[in-house]
Amino acid sequence: MAGTAVLGTVTWRSASVVGLHDETPTATTLALAVRDWPGHVAGQHIDVRLTAADGYSAVRSYSIASAPSADGRIEITIERLPNGEVSPYLTQQVMNGDELEVRGPIGGWFVWRPEQTGPIQLVAGGSGIVPLMAMIRSRATVGSTAPFRLLYSVREPGAIFYRDELRSLSERRDSLIVTYAYTRVTPKDWPRPAGRIDAELIGSGTWPSNLQPSSYVCGPTSFVEHTTDLLIAAGHDRERIKTERFGASGERK
Amino acid sequence: MAIISRGFAGRRSATEVKLPPGQYLTTDFPVLSAGPTPHVSLDRWEFTIDDGSNVLKRWDWKSFRDLPTENITVDLHCVTRWSKLGTSWEGVSLDVLLADVKTDLSYAMFRSYGDYTTNLPLKDVMNKQAWVAFKYDGADLEPEHGGPARLLVPHLYLWKSAKWVKGMTLMPHDRPGFWENLGYHIYGDPWQEQRYSEQ
Repeated sequence: MAGTAVLGTVTWRSASVVGLHDETPTATTLALAVRDWPGHVAGQHIDVRLTAADGYSAVRSYSIASAPSADGRIEITIERLPNGEVSPYLTQQVMNGDELEVRGPIGGWFVWRPEQTGPIQLVAGGSGIVPLMAMIRSRATVGSTAPFRLLYSVREPGAIFYRDELRSLSERRDSLIVTYAYTRVTPKDWPRPAGRIDAELIGSGTWPSNLQPSSYVCGPTSFVEHTTDLLIAAGHDRERIKTERFGASGERK
Repeated sequence: MAIISRGFAGRRSATEVKLPPGQYLTTDFPVLSAGPTPHVSLDRWEFTIDDGSNVLKRWDWKSFRDLPTENITVDLHCVTRWSKLGTSWEGVSLDVLLADVKTDLSYAMFRSYGDYTTNLPLKDVMNKQAWVAFKYDGADLEPEHGGPARLLVPHLYLWKSAKWVKGMTLMPHDRPGFWENLGYHIYGDPWQEQRYSEQ
């Protein structure tokens, strides 16, 4: 398993942009057709390389948002960082038909595989939803009935990625349960004031620890530190919590 | 020959700093860990050296902090592509910790609170190349960055600098640790860009 998880990481593959749409005012989803894409597991990421006309190049890592599929197409969602070198290009300049290079998939730890049938708790902070969405989509694609629950913290209602899709997935039978947390601005008549996730919300918005869910927590470092501490305090086994953090600076990861 | 991405200019660094291939500079300090941050209390902390069957050395926090320390300023290179230059640390050199250890074993598996492991050749942690660091930038090392104490092996990718380190097991042969088992390179030299295992 360890070996297969990263197969194909060394080769740079050409990819063309075959679709793009805005998720929020600051985030864009790109669909990429990757030549000879070897396939991926939900939760993995890719390296993206952009090369300028004079040969200068920059590489960043982005989580894959789409479910594994055999058609050589993957999607990534990129949050634009005001002082970023790569994300402003990918969110504002790129057009259908543009070419870039991709290496991957990378990562064999923060992944969900369809063979996992136990309960899953996903906890997302901001753009940390992206690899978790790949897991949610993978579950739906293969028809898994593994109990999935998502606690998704966003700054404000307009910052939610994949809103309509999450709504329709949570209306299906054997469905996903989604709980939103708003840190700055809530929707009108929302029962909770805006604020960080706290012990009460962990209690009402996640699987109880006696179900022994496997948890995946992804978001900015401070978010991951805070919410994993709360999960452990609520009785969750630290060995069952996997995390992926991104720094304040950074392009993702 | 790389494909040129239409309209991509990039941002070259104004100061010509030499970085390992594929790295970019950052000024803050991103955190990457596979699981929750362990919070280790100093009265339970210890660091041990063993050979797989016998504990050869053991320090509690007080006896560890009685050892001579060094101030070091080093560059950090993370496999996730950020590099951070000129970071300052205080720690105990592995040369001090290994001073009385007589062994003909050539490798070590470093062990952490939270069950992380990473493997290193012994020659890479001797001769002023590795420290158990407990201060960063003059302050006690924060738990999210590996406090109370972490390994610091700056000439290799940062996953080798095990956070929350609690000991090392000497081994006759090299064996993969946590990330090395998940497809990352067994050695991890950033200047050779040894990121992944099949390289």
